[in-house]
Amino acid sequence: MKNQSVGNRIDYISILLYIVLVIMGWMTIYSASLPLEETSIFDISQIYGRQMLFIGLTIPLILVILFSDAKIFERLSFVFYGVGILLLLGLFVFGVTKKGQTNWYQFGGFGFQPSEFVKTATALLLAKYLSYSQINLKYTKHQIIGLAIVGIPVLLILMQPDAGSAMIFISLIFVLNREGLPSWYFFSGIIAIALFFLSLVIEPAYLIGIIFIIMVIHYIFNRKISRNPIVYGLLYLVMAGFAFSVSYVYDSVLEPHQKDRINVLIGDDVDMKREGYNLNQSMIAIGSGGLLGKGYLEGTQTKGGFVPEQHTDYIFTTVGEEWGFVGSITVILLFVALFLRIIYLAENQKTKFSRVYGYCVATYLFTHFFVNIAMLIKLFPTIGVPLPFFSYGGSSLWAFTILLFIFIKLDANKVNEW
Amino acid sequence: MRKAVLPAVIIITSLLLIVRIFYLQVIDENLKLQSENNAIKKVFDFPERGYIYDRNGKLLVANQPSYDIMVVPREIKNIDTTEFCNLLHITKEYFIKKIEKANVYSPRLPSVFLSQLNKAEYAAFQEKERKFEGFYTQKRSLRDYQVNVGANVFGFITQVNEAILKKNKYYNSGDLIGKQGVEQQYEETLRGIKGVKYLLRDKHNKIIGPYKNGQFDTIAQQGKDLTLTIDYELQKYGTELMVNKRGGIVALEPKTGEILALVTAPTYDPALLVGRQRSKNYTALYHDSIAKPLYDRGLQATYPPGSPFKIITGLIGLQEEVIDEQSTFYCNHGANFGRFMKCHCGLHTLQLNNGTYKSCNSYFGNTYKRTIEKYKDSYYSVDNWANHVKSFGLGQFLGTDMPIGSKGLVPDSKMYKRMYNGAKIRSSYIISNSIGQGEVSTSTLQLANMMAVVANKGYYYTPHIVKKIKGEVLDKKFTTKHYSTIDKQYFTPMIQGLADVYNVGTASNLKVQGLELCGKTGTAENKIRVAGKTYQLKDHSIFVAFAPKENPTIAIAVVVENGYWGNRWAGPIATLMAEKYVTGKITRKDLETTMLNGSLLEEYKRIENIIFQRKVDPTKVQDSLNKIKVEISDAKKEEEEN
Repeated sequence: MKNQSVGNRIDYISILLYIVLVIMGWMTIYSASLPLEETSIFDISQIYGRQMLFIGLTIPLILVILFSDAKIFERLSFVFYGVGILLLLGLFVFGVTKKGQTNWYQFGGFGFQPSEFVKTATALLLAKYLSYSQINLKYTKHQIIGLAIVGIPVLLILMQPDAGSAMIFISLIFVLNREGLPSWYFFSGIIAIALFFLSLVIEPAYLIGIIFIIMVIHYIFNRKISRNPIVYGLLYLVMAGFAFSVSYVYDSVLEPHQKDRINVLIGDDVDMKREGYNLNQSMIAIGSGGLLGKGYLEGTQTKGGFVPEQHTDYIFTTVGEEWGFVGSITVILLFVALFLRIIYLAENQKTKFSRVYGYCVATYLFTHFFVNIAMLIKLFPTIGVPLPFFSYGGSSLWAFTILLFIFIKLDANKVNEW
Repeated sequence: MRKAVLPAVIIITSLLLIVRIFYLQVIDENLKLQSENNAIKKVFDFPERGYIYDRNGKLLVANQPSYDIMVVPREIKNIDTTEFCNLLHITKEYFIKKIEKANVYSPRLPSVFLSQLNKAEYAAFQEKERKFEGFYTQKRSLRDYQVNVGANVFGFITQVNEAILKKNKYYNSGDLIGKQGVEQQYEETLRGIKGVKYLLRDKHNKIIGPYKNGQFDTIAQQGKDLTLTIDYELQKYGTELMVNKRGGIVALEPKTGEILALVTAPTYDPALLVGRQRSKNYTALYHDSIAKPLYDRGLQATYPPGSPFKIITGLIGLQEEVIDEQSTFYCNHGANFGRFMKCHCGLHTLQLNNGTYKSCNSYFGNTYKRTIEKYKDSYYSVDNWANHVKSFGLGQFLGTDMPIGSKGLVPDSKMYKRMYNGAKIRSSYIISNSIGQGEVSTSTLQLANMMAVVANKGYYYTPHIVKKIKGEVLDKKFTTKHYSTIDKQYFTPMIQGLADVYNVGTASNLKVQGLELCGKTGTAENKIRVAGKTYQLKDHSIFVAFAPKENPTIAIAVVVENGYWGNRWAGPIATLMAEKYVTGKITRKDLETTMLNGSLLEEYKRIENIIFQRKVDPTKVQDSLNKIKVEISDAKKEEEEN
């Protein structure tokens, strides 16, 4: 009874956007990995051939999700989360180290990255926890549990260390904020990030002066909150301390490659042949596309292989080069349309579980999208996160597909809920 | 409110991405340029430079292949520097310096590492080329000079400099370009257009195929051959006659304006500026600031014209009708024009004919006085005179097809108003102009052109050095007659006077059997100021001529610096040149030998000593003083005999 009409109720707009993005993604990978001699597009020895296979394998995956019991995701969320955490812990013993990060299991020719799975598991558990009727994020205890559900995988992933994935989890603060976490968490986070970058660009001594002036102005015009000078004073001290500690963290805690990434962003003393090479080549490829691009399969930077990892994290550079500004904006708008559609659907869910989960999906996808593209155009430090549905790789494609289609399943199932 | 946070963040950040991408793709042009630089490789095919022939079809300048070693600093890998340097016979310091310099120009673009290897060096290097990553050879064509004269006519080719690279997009670092002479003037004709192939390359600099299937590629266009108006035999003869002298010879064909010979002395063998020694040789030539072998004395140097200017003074007098053929003036070793102007003509009653052939200062002083006093307004008179003079091509660029030249000077009312604060000019102030000594100055080319006007009885064609370019029509300005302001009939008595210069006048010792020559001797005073003191130097020897008298085929001007007086050096040289060109042989072998072997180097050494204020051995000073005395008395005797 539940499943018979699933085909009528699934959201075709989301699915259409998904299909368009996956197809464009494959076309871009084809261009970025095209060898000089002619081969079949199904040639498994080629990157685009394998990606074709990965895309084909998403079909059974999608069918399994759509035709399973929608309740199973909610019921098994504790199990998924528990397994996920165990998998993360297991990495310390059985994990494979790639590029300094121990975040990978290897079974013969097949690799598996548990953090991809944990993303979905965390979203499910967070949705489950917040959907209990007695939970209210105004209470400190509930805040702590909610933050802990996100925080535990963040800690484990930071130990791998994989800052990129950790950042994706931290973005779930958007979901908690939506569900009633006091705003100051959210704003403190934003202010902390802003202060971090500002204190790298501006001398801390000047920075605390600027903060002081802003706080004085805020104090004078503040009408809403009680104007307690002691609170203002303490806040000021915390921010000043933070500003000063950043330079300490920068000098003593950050690894050299992390410093490079930040230096590259703020344009500090960068060698374009070494640490600046990736970003420079990426900007050249995108910038050389112009308004209309060089034409599909005509990108000189893409063909010459100047951009490293072009079929994975840097795939958007090929879009920029070959399809130009018009193509770039099209891809961005397609993504934005998908995000807004998911949020719209989430807001219209009848159960809190579905809503929170949908919100998590939108947040995850958006964070990947923004961090990935922003790092290519020097708006964000270089962090290795894939562009959803575009970047090459079965693991990430399937993870995003599962993440999205669980929500589409929940959405299709909403008429059965009351 | 909380519902709106995530959608708002999504929309705002996406707008941020779009704005940033818009900036990178549409506004910032720099990135496109960088993309072209690193993904597209241009390979050039340099066409052979056009050949240069003389007017009779003799090949003067051809080409030889040469090889440059190019370097792309970024691509240098694991090189055995010692082996590399030994192979090319260079020092390690040179290697380091060159790589640094290339790196400054661009680490990614090729620069010339070592230029103009000969075949043997190239063969040795090519064998091991693949061992030296980052270096490759580029074939170019270099000049192969078939003759050892005419360096000033040809100019030379050299690597383009920074200034040209910035101005002219056609050239790339290391390309060759013509400098000076016809190589510069006809650069685009001679060089042709290089072909370009656009190739795609990958990050390892490996070529991965043609860019856009070669649709932007172009084929090299061969340079065109030039036929010069120069007569090689005459050019060579003039060069030989001027050995160990300084000065210039310009010979023109009056009825076309074609330059038959353009000699400057001292000169150099054009082959000096080809090959690996080029830059060393060029530096040596460039820094010789006394003899100035790179300075074209025929085109660039200006001198007071001296007596040849009397031709113009006389013609203007006739045209203005202040004199006629029978007008008579008196000379008593000179004449008084407010101040006394000396004369060595030795006659007492003078008319146009004997005034000309005896070069009487008094006669032409009086003629000039009448010309300037003809109108009440002395400034009008001066301008009227100046316009006549300018119609002979003096006081202005002639507009030849050589990249250099000199305006010379013809004074006019504007100049004299400044000099005399607007007061009325009296002819006595400027009487020296009448005999070519005052403010007037001319280049040797202008003097030759003036003789062409006389030979043509009233017109000239703009002198030019290129006779024919394959497949092109000669510039119209070289086939347009420029008329002087003097009527044709006035030239006839003047030409008779010039013929009598050879018959009974100041150059009667230079008469050639069976050839009727017309000419005029000249002597130009010459001073220099060194360290606040003025030194009188030996006069310049000047001679102008054309031949034969009827249907002239050559007009010539010769200046020999510090050559004492007109028919001591310049006269014989001009006459020998004219005889050689018109008759094809030389009748007075002894005169020829004297001229070929004659040297003025001692004289030039003396001037150099003055310039550098060198202390000279007193006994030598005495010797030279005695010598000068003898020479002066000789000169006086000779002048008196004439």
